[in-house]
Amino acid sequence: MAACAELPAGGFVFENCQRNKFLESQGYKVPKAYKTGTTICGLVYKDGIVLGADTRATEDTIVADKNCAKIHYISSNIYCCGAGTAADTEMTTQLISSELELHRLNTGRQPRVCTANRLLKQMLFRYHGYIGAALVLGGVDSTGPHLYSIWPHGSTDKLPFVTMGSGSLAAMATFEDRYKADLSRDEAMKLVRDAICAGIFNDLGSGSNVDLCVITKDKVDYIRPYEEANKKGVRQGKYRYDRGTTVVISSEVKKVELEVIDTEVRAVPMET
Amino acid sequence: MATMAMTNMFASDQLAAVGGLRPGEVTTGTTIMAVEFDGGVIIGADSRTTTGAYIANRVTDKLTKVTEHIYCCRSGSAADTQAIADIVKYHLDFNRMEMGEEPRVHTAANVFKEMCYDHRDSLSAGIIVAGWDKRGGGQVFSVPIGGMLQRGPFAIGGSGSTYLYGYVDAMFKPDMKQEDCLKFVSNAVALAISRDGSSGGIIRMAAITKNGVERFTLTGDQLPKFYEDN
Repeated sequence: MAACAELPAGGFVFENCQRNKFLESQGYKVPKAYKTGTTICGLVYKDGIVLGADTRATEDTIVADKNCAKIHYISSNIYCCGAGTAADTEMTTQLISSELELHRLNTGRQPRVCTANRLLKQMLFRYHGYIGAALVLGGVDSTGPHLYSIWPHGSTDKLPFVTMGSGSLAAMATFEDRYKADLSRDEAMKLVRDAICAGIFNDLGSGSNVDLCVITKDKVDYIRPYEEANKKGVRQGKYRYDRGTTVVISSEVKKVELEVIDTEVRAVPMET
Repeated sequence: MATMAMTNMFASDQLAAVGGLRPGEVTTGTTIMAVEFDGGVIIGADSRTTTGAYIANRVTDKLTKVTEHIYCCRSGSAADTQAIADIVKYHLDFNRMEMGEEPRVHTAANVFKEMCYDHRDSLSAGIIVAGWDKRGGGQVFSVPIGGMLQRGPFAIGGSGSTYLYGYVDAMFKPDMKQEDCLKFVSNAVALAISRDGSSGGIIRMAAITKNGVERFTLTGDQLPKFYEDN
């Protein structure tokens, strides 16, 4: 009958779900989850991929970070934009990046974009959408340029241009209007810039700067910031009053008369 | 009285489990179909993927390859059906290596059914399995939400299929020629697209015969026209 310490069971605990359902039925409000606003997008052009992102991080209505990096490193030829819960996008991309690096070391080959996509979708699917990561995955490998959008529940789409985040509608409108196959590098960068700017200016959840990442067969240009969309203007004039602006007409020094009502002497113990 | 309440709770739980989508989930509010013909099967689908009112992808390919001669048409949650298709593809690749020959359509359908039935409480997936094998020729199987498996000369699925039952029952003929069958499928999907808000985009089709797979795409300007379009 030796008592043996029991290991705590791993995994999620759902025992509070029923209680919460009951509390809800009694009229208690469920606390609202934080939703992060973002504009991220990417497109395929003539010889590679252009990824773009804004740099605003929000906590409810507060701008938590005015210049955060939303384009994450996956491998030397693959990058990934993240929207949704900032912590989830950061940790998910780091984990997959690490797995792919081990894969590269094991195989001695540069990782492929479809591999990264498969790892990401299988991880997100396993967590039933509780990992709130909406991703735009892009890269160039031995088979050419590839671009995917990955949703929190684990579904993916392979497309020539994609947008994600709360500003995705504004960005997609820009892409739908002007995207065409085989854009030049400059045209592609301009279009992605305009799409992100559409998000920055028309979506409250997005703001601050534009980050770009241009991936080609043998080079990556991570441009941060590519553009400061909301540059603080330079103050044109001097808005201070100079000394002496207000004219002193007269000055007078008066002695304030005091009347002593009472005096008292108190003994203060010495500090030792 | 207590029994009544219990029954309702159970019913609503089941509703939430079977076909219930969690908020923010990407769905293929869809029209899909598959039809047997003379030398094989024709499969067809629209191309719309939605999150709520937003079209997440307007050129989706819902006709997903699982082996050289077997395809599935996906409807329901995009994440669930993609995951199922990936896993079934893995099982069938393994099956081919073990058996030393191409898997049969019946086998593929059974693997789909097994997954869909075993996880029926956590999946929302309506799948049509269609393909060709040398034992049974062209075959069509339907695996609706809940994990039933049924064979038929044709199958329709997705939200758009409700508009199609009358049309397919009236127009289907056994052993059609390939061209007639393609016309039948494209007409049906076009009709569903025009009535179902969650279906749309372009029409994707494929003819699966002993010679392999031939893909067809009908873009907006090539969609079949009906009386009200003129």
